[in-house]
Amino acid sequence: MTSDVKAGFEFNKENLPKVKKHLAKYPSDRQASAVIPLLDLAQRQLGGWLNQAAVEYVAGLLDMQPMRVLEVASFYTMLNLEPVGKHHVQVCTTTPCWLRGSDGIMETCRKTLKIENGEVTKDGQFSLLEVECLGACVNAPMVQINDDYYEDLTPESMKKLLADLAKDITPKAGPQVERQTSAPFSGPKTCLSKSKEKTRAL
Amino acid sequence: MLSDKDRIFQNLYGTQDWHLKGAQARGDWADTKEILAKGRDWVIQETLDSGLRGRGGAGFPTGRKWSFMPKESGKPHYLVINADESEPGTCKDRDIMRHEPHKLVEGSLIAGFAIGANAGYIYIRGEYYREAECLQVAIDEAYKAGFLGKNAAGSGYDFDLYLHRGAGAYICGEESAMLSSLEGGKGFPRMKPPFPAMCGLYGCPTTVNNVESLAVVPTILRRGAKWFAGLGTEKSTGTKIFCISGHVNEPCNVEEELGIPLKTLIEKHAGGVRGGWDNLLAIIPGGSSVPLILPETCDTVTMDYESLQAVKSGLGTAAVIVMDKSTDIVKAIARLSKFYMHESCGQCTPCREGTGWLWRLLEKIGRGEGTVTDIDKLELLTYQIEGHTICALGDAAAWPVQGLIRHFRDELVARVTTRKAA
Repeated sequence: MTSDVKAGFEFNKENLPKVKKHLAKYPSDRQASAVIPLLDLAQRQLGGWLNQAAVEYVAGLLDMQPMRVLEVASFYTMLNLEPVGKHHVQVCTTTPCWLRGSDGIMETCRKTLKIENGEVTKDGQFSLLEVECLGACVNAPMVQINDDYYEDLTPESMKKLLADLAKDITPKAGPQVERQTSAPFSGPKTCLSKSKEKTRAL
Repeated sequence: MLSDKDRIFQNLYGTQDWHLKGAQARGDWADTKEILAKGRDWVIQETLDSGLRGRGGAGFPTGRKWSFMPKESGKPHYLVINADESEPGTCKDRDIMRHEPHKLVEGSLIAGFAIGANAGYIYIRGEYYREAECLQVAIDEAYKAGFLGKNAAGSGYDFDLYLHRGAGAYICGEESAMLSSLEGGKGFPRMKPPFPAMCGLYGCPTTVNNVESLAVVPTILRRGAKWFAGLGTEKSTGTKIFCISGHVNEPCNVEEELGIPLKTLIEKHAGGVRGGWDNLLAIIPGGSSVPLILPETCDTVTMDYESLQAVKSGLGTAAVIVMDKSTDIVKAIARLSKFYMHESCGQCTPCREGTGWLWRLLEKIGRGEGTVTDIDKLELLTYQIEGHTICALGDAAAWPVQGLIRHFRDELVARVTTRKAA
């Protein structure tokens, strides 16, 4: 690690071992590969967004030009250059979710939180963002809040999610209806046998 | 219809234990050492003979892709596993990573062995945080059991597998953009040639494979190429996870045989179209990048690469997006155009500017503010984007709009002329 990193940001004690772990994944002369993992880690430490000090710190750590790190930070949707709420609500609105009512989910969020797309509530508790396909299309409509997916939503269940979060209750992630992950609502119709796979063909 | 005994992903829905113990009970890691003992050429030949085609959308034969890797290059070889699942409609790799992660880990070892790579990187989309957690646990379990690392699975071969989380960019699912991102840059696709097999990650020979492609390999090698080739059709062999979303009564993921009739797939597995089959407006059969098809085609078309190509669409990722008659089809496709506008990396002008124009023109027509010339302009624009960009994102943005114009020109004309009359 280089020592001439800018004051104002550095990884805390809990994160330093994680930094080491990330760096160990890549060849010693290819440490720039760790830029996304380290920016993500810095963002988590800073409560959901990256300031300039963090960008420059990561650049110093990886021996990269700060501009190159900023390019990365501004390219990827998940890296935030502005503060976000404690609960960062990302509503998927791409066609598969839209077909199943993502407009209603977005409207519920806007009305309940009294903010528009891309805004943060005054108390800093919530931020709202319309995002592109999150890859849970058979459980549409869905949202991502921080690290968790909440699926098979209705305006009512969305409202309840927000109400719970406002009370600092972490709701159960996954489908918000009775459902086994991506199986049909009425239950799995395949993979019903519990028996061991017979695979001895060699 | 596929019977349960021929399903590769017995724990697709996560009803069983996904950890090492559960995976071993399902047959994973049973005789990996013996498989690898048969040698690199055998693994490649058996995979070729099985007819397995890449499950990430392009459908390129997996065995052939491996055979492009040099035998000896004097440089390290790399395996990169594409887990950046972001094609709208697609959520199959997610189930593999959270419910059957050991199939992917074992498949990665075998593929790495086949291409002479001692290291593999799984590039997972950043949003799949919980899935990444499962996968990391599975990797750690495999290390602990001696299946990864030095002398992996007792084979005498060294293989390390690393998990790398992305940060939200559809373009990183394009293989050369994935390599750029993995090297620490923006997700910019690169010109080909040189192909990754010659000059990939860190300038070294690299193979990029989709999660599902690799996760099925161990089972294929255990049960034999003949077994896999005996399922599906002659050129689209084996099974595939289908993701059925949109206006069906029971949206779900399901593993089925390739070549299953689309109608059967929807009626048997997804509870049928909302309001009945006659209420069907259109289906996008292979993820957002492929053109939609009309009900009369849906009646008879089968889900394999060749049949869908013959009706000017494609199997893609086998993500079936169903739209019933309540759908505003212009809005549905306009939303896809907005997706491509957001996800264009910005390198090539036709795509960066064109995707925005596709969206604006479709929105304008959708709102009833367009003119007849806008439809022609829209169509011309798609051909000005298609084939004029470094990667296929431009094509992927053009095709759904071309499909819309091809099948719903009357609807588009009605939207613009209604306005004239009013």
